[in-house]
Amino acid sequence: MRMMSKLTTIGALAATTVLLAGCEIGPKSSEQTGYRGTGIVQINDRSNATAPGEVPPPPYELPPSSGETAGQAYENVNVLAHVSKEEFDYTMAAITQWIVPADAPAAEAGCNYCHVPENLADDSKYTKVVARRMIQMTQSINQNYSDHVKQTGVTCYTCHRGNAVPKYVWTDPKPGDGRLMGNKRGQNTPVEAVGYTSLPVDTYAKYMRTQSGAARVISKTIHPTTANRSSIKDTEGNYAIMMHLSQSLGVNCTYCHNSRSFAQWEQSSPQRSLAWYGLQMVKNTNEEYIHPLASVFPANRLGPQGDPYKTNCATCHQQQRKPLGGAQMAKDYPALLTLPGAGSAVPSGPMMQTPGAAAPVAAAAGN
Amino acid sequence: MVELVAQPADLGLRGEIKMARYQNIFTQVQLRGHPELGMPHKDGSDSRINVTGYSDWMGKFGQAQLGPIYLGKLGLASLLMGTLSFVIIGLNMLASVAWSPMQFAKQFFWLALEPPGPEYGFSPMVPLAEGGWWIIAGFLLTASVLLWWARTYIRAKALGMGTHVSWAFLSAIWLFLVLGFIRPAMLGSWSEAVPFGIFPHLDWTAAFSIRYGNLFYNPFHALSIAFLYGSTLLFAMHGATILAVGRYGGEREIEQIYDRGTASERAGLFWRWTMGFNATMESIHRWAWWFAVLTTLTGGIGILLTGTVVDNWYLWAQDHGFAPAYPSTGVVDPSLQGS
Repeated sequence: MRMMSKLTTIGALAATTVLLAGCEIGPKSSEQTGYRGTGIVQINDRSNATAPGEVPPPPYELPPSSGETAGQAYENVNVLAHVSKEEFDYTMAAITQWIVPADAPAAEAGCNYCHVPENLADDSKYTKVVARRMIQMTQSINQNYSDHVKQTGVTCYTCHRGNAVPKYVWTDPKPGDGRLMGNKRGQNTPVEAVGYTSLPVDTYAKYMRTQSGAARVISKTIHPTTANRSSIKDTEGNYAIMMHLSQSLGVNCTYCHNSRSFAQWEQSSPQRSLAWYGLQMVKNTNEEYIHPLASVFPANRLGPQGDPYKTNCATCHQQQRKPLGGAQMAKDYPALLTLPGAGSAVPSGPMMQTPGAAAPVAAAAGN
Repeated sequence: MVELVAQPADLGLRGEIKMARYQNIFTQVQLRGHPELGMPHKDGSDSRINVTGYSDWMGKFGQAQLGPIYLGKLGLASLLMGTLSFVIIGLNMLASVAWSPMQFAKQFFWLALEPPGPEYGFSPMVPLAEGGWWIIAGFLLTASVLLWWARTYIRAKALGMGTHVSWAFLSAIWLFLVLGFIRPAMLGSWSEAVPFGIFPHLDWTAAFSIRYGNLFYNPFHALSIAFLYGSTLLFAMHGATILAVGRYGGEREIEQIYDRGTASERAGLFWRWTMGFNATMESIHRWAWWFAVLTTLTGGIGILLTGTVVDNWYLWAQDHGFAPAYPSTGVVDPSLQGS
């Protein structure tokens, strides 16, 4: 009998250990962010928090302008032609340490990653063409999407963090071939992006391209109407992309929503509105700036469907509510803050493969 | 001390039980002897399969005697259909990981046999790889469950019992059919139905609630939960009461009815003294039956109304004063603001 109760005790302890295995040990702090009693609270697991990341200092102090612009000093300068030669050099030095720092693999380090050393003006390296478009993208985000990036703004480093290709990117998944073999119908796979649920994976294209619909499935009316035909599958996709938002920012649903009614804006926090502008920004960025570069990138920089690596929330946020912990970095790089005046920077060369780059604001309004 | 009422010479006690113990996890006393074969059939039923045996381990949870079992045509057909359905679901899951047994074991909780997509509506003619297998597996499973239901009904009749078990089972089948067939039929889309799979059906449940504006505000969902939790409460009260009077032979209900001071009387008095009211040996089971039956009955009604009559339960609840309103946060939909 003693033996039996010993065994029972060991069994009970083992079972308890297994049951508690999913718990995250360590102190938590919670912060009420909504109306009392509604459970709108953010729980911070302090011991497992991701560090916001170090912001590299400017390469050197921005020298005063000598009066000569980059366009006058150098050949084939397009999008930064209007800034001073000094600011241009400074910005190039910063970009080099953000994208291809000295500690990067040899093939991806230094000026020569983009430039032909014999002729820095030469556009024959694809990376230079891409970089030029990315500078325009950064300027566009800072100028047109202050509803999302506020006055903090973004720089190349917000996404790149010392990598030639940002760490968190996506491409279109290979579509199923209609056979049963290996066909999971786009879901039922344990991956982190959907929080290890069985929700649809690789749904970015459905929500993060300009032609994507809104991430909205809940009816605005009590009774069914033809206005909302969203299926359960649509809802699962919507749920999955919301998991992506949540994971990217390291927050739970109640950061933006009152979960009693995910759809009601008047029950939501102001952060939901911020996130909405963020989605419009991501759609515009992917559609106008990144996707058209498909023909510029070599095959090893494309996904299985031949589309370039695109952005989502994690590309900038990287588990932070504010990328880099909200560090004020862009203010040190004025060349990246605004698009040059209309007509002053007509892109040339392969960049012209971006026809119909509609005004971002117009694209954003399409929801 | 318990006295065993009847001990035929061919029955023996297993184990050295010096003193009966009353706080048990397992059955303490196992009877061994010639197997009890049950009464002969009065009607034209098939014969029972007279294979019997004893199991120590089964005896710890219930009766140690296994068999004879009545299979019959319904039972056979039900098992056949159920097995086919089970195998189809399993093979589809296995195919989804390209027949890798390792991946099947690793990802089992995530794998599923998914219903057809919205593009197929409620058509029965869906390509097998696109949900056709789901329709077939669902049909076979439904047939299996309904045949098993008929079996519970006919076996109860054959034993001269009431058919309470069948009707309770039918209540569960109602919810099952609403989820997988009746509601999808009313909405004209197989895609509204539940996938076969562990996590996938849970994610379906969460998505269902989100799509229809939070099932929490569906009053039939609320009723179903009240009956579900009520069932567990009643079961806990009843189970605890009977175990507590086990020392007086409380589980032997027939002998309990006649005399004073029996387990039954004490059990009743306990509740009358603690809450001023007590169930009877019959009524407690009636309550339990209704609570259990109403769990799935109201649940099925709630599911059936979702998407057919009500598309957003939160708005419905606000409109009907069913849920409190909280102060507005003042946030407005930015998509309505022009830019």
